[in-house]
Amino acid sequence: MGCVSCAGPLRGSAIEANEVILRLRETRSIPIEADSICPDRFVSRSQAEIEALPALFGRRKTTLGELFTVEGGNSEHIVVEGDLRHVKRIGQGMSQGRITIRGDVGMHVGTWMRSGEIIVDGNVDAWAGAHLSGGVVWVHGNAGAMLGAAYAGETRGMRGGIIIIDGDAGTRAGERMRRGLIAVQGNLGEFAGARMIAGSLFVFGKLGARAGAGMRRGTIVALGGTEDSLLPVFQYACSYRPTFMRYYLQRLREWGLPVTPKQIEGVFRRYIGDITTLGKGEILVYEP
Amino acid sequence: MHINGVEIEDTFAEAFKMWGARLIITAINKRWALTAAQEATGCATSVIACGGEAGIEGAIPADETPDGRPGVSILVFTMGPKGMKDQLMRRVGQCIMTCPTTACFNGLESEKTLKIGGALRYFGDGFQISKLLEGRRFWRIPVMEGEFLVEESFGIKRAVGGGNFLILGESAQATLEAAERAVDAMQDVKGVVMPFPGGIVRSGSKTTSKYKFLRASTNTAYCPTLHRQTASNLPEGVNSVLEIVIDGLDERAVREATRVGIQAACQPGVVRISAGNYGGTLGPLQFHLREVMGG
Repeated sequence: MGCVSCAGPLRGSAIEANEVILRLRETRSIPIEADSICPDRFVSRSQAEIEALPALFGRRKTTLGELFTVEGGNSEHIVVEGDLRHVKRIGQGMSQGRITIRGDVGMHVGTWMRSGEIIVDGNVDAWAGAHLSGGVVWVHGNAGAMLGAAYAGETRGMRGGIIIIDGDAGTRAGERMRRGLIAVQGNLGEFAGARMIAGSLFVFGKLGARAGAGMRRGTIVALGGTEDSLLPVFQYACSYRPTFMRYYLQRLREWGLPVTPKQIEGVFRRYIGDITTLGKGEILVYEP
Repeated sequence: MHINGVEIEDTFAEAFKMWGARLIITAINKRWALTAAQEATGCATSVIACGGEAGIEGAIPADETPDGRPGVSILVFTMGPKGMKDQLMRRVGQCIMTCPTTACFNGLESEKTLKIGGALRYFGDGFQISKLLEGRRFWRIPVMEGEFLVEESFGIKRAVGGGNFLILGESAQATLEAAERAVDAMQDVKGVVMPFPGGIVRSGSKTTSKYKFLRASTNTAYCPTLHRQTASNLPEGVNSVLEIVIDGLDERAVREATRVGIQAACQPGVVRISAGNYGGTLGPLQFHLREVMGG
């Protein structure tokens, strides 16, 4: 698994000599599916071979070279630039290397990712990090809905790895999450951690309504309070200082997240639920 | 060879291979971290009768521990991995988990690990919670006071046990003072512990006995009261002997602790520094005192 403490210095990293740089030739509203933008596929390919990799422009089969200008080859470090809001599936299934995305990017970034790092200097659309099982996705903007979630029909969402969002995240973040860590520095939308199976979901802003609906196990940590009262299927247990929280918050602070000493030392209200399911999940609400 | 007028005998300490583990104990303050550490290293002087040897390696400032609280590092040594699992289960389960506010972390990166938290978790009766971050798994075990946090696996590695030296003094007081100085100095060496009370042994042993049911008996050759009564290694003028036993995570650390300890022990009132040497019957590792002291 990638190490966030190593990813930290990569925020806003300069172009390295051995990177492959892709620039979108033209801004278009027709969706582009570019799951071939993946270090696993670039690492042993020349520039010409990368240009020949397949992509979908709408429903038309095309190549990366038709949609992007390509500089460099044979590298596991990729930089993608341009108006990428309609470009989907960048870094899908990647297991190594690093992708730096300069600007806003479309849906499904880093889905099924197993290792490596994706750094986004902008916003990401829905389904970022869906089914992530390793590596790090760090977004320096906002995230859309279904962050680290499970696709319809899948029983488990994120299974490992780390997702950090500097801004807000949309609805259903961490849905059916099985393992791993999601940390959102802004606010979280509704149904965060819905049907969660395990793992940890931290929100520094407000935790949205209906958080944890249907969760079996796992931890949701609300450091900035809750948008609404918690669902009645969560029951207050006690107020205490969880030792594991100190460890997690220390690590988050080392990675550069805005954790205060008061939060590390703080008292949390523990709510257990969802009692209509297994009921071994928890929502820990920081008491300032 | 002499240091500060004290003779360094031309002999060697005979050590043997053990397995070692390092545990980081944290708590709400130094008092409770130290309390847990003292309990967890209790009755762990000699592997012969205690099943393991253990001691406090040192205090760790809060800003260097995994959870940012005051900590204490302890080392545990056993003859094999199986014995280590047994010792760690007992000591973590009975001495650290029971102690208010503590948490217990692995302090030794190693390829070989033992599941300790992963076994103790069942105390949580199904309500234990696993947390996995950056490849480290922890168990949150609910306890009456709150939660006990323990790391799932602890690294173990080949280590060195039984490093030692003997302080032969003119009087009991002078010998004890020299031993105290030695232990104080040795506590600055990382990777070693002196597992006996206060780091000092007064009842050193030999590996034979006149009784068939005993594996070890008092070290007659160094008992001042038996001078002239049995074969003695004591020169004239020696009226007390204390031993310092050293267990370390590697040979280098034991060697360094030996050097530092002997240097500190060579003070007025001490006649000779010797070492426990059983003619090669006890263990394969030898620390020649003069070589260690750079002679």
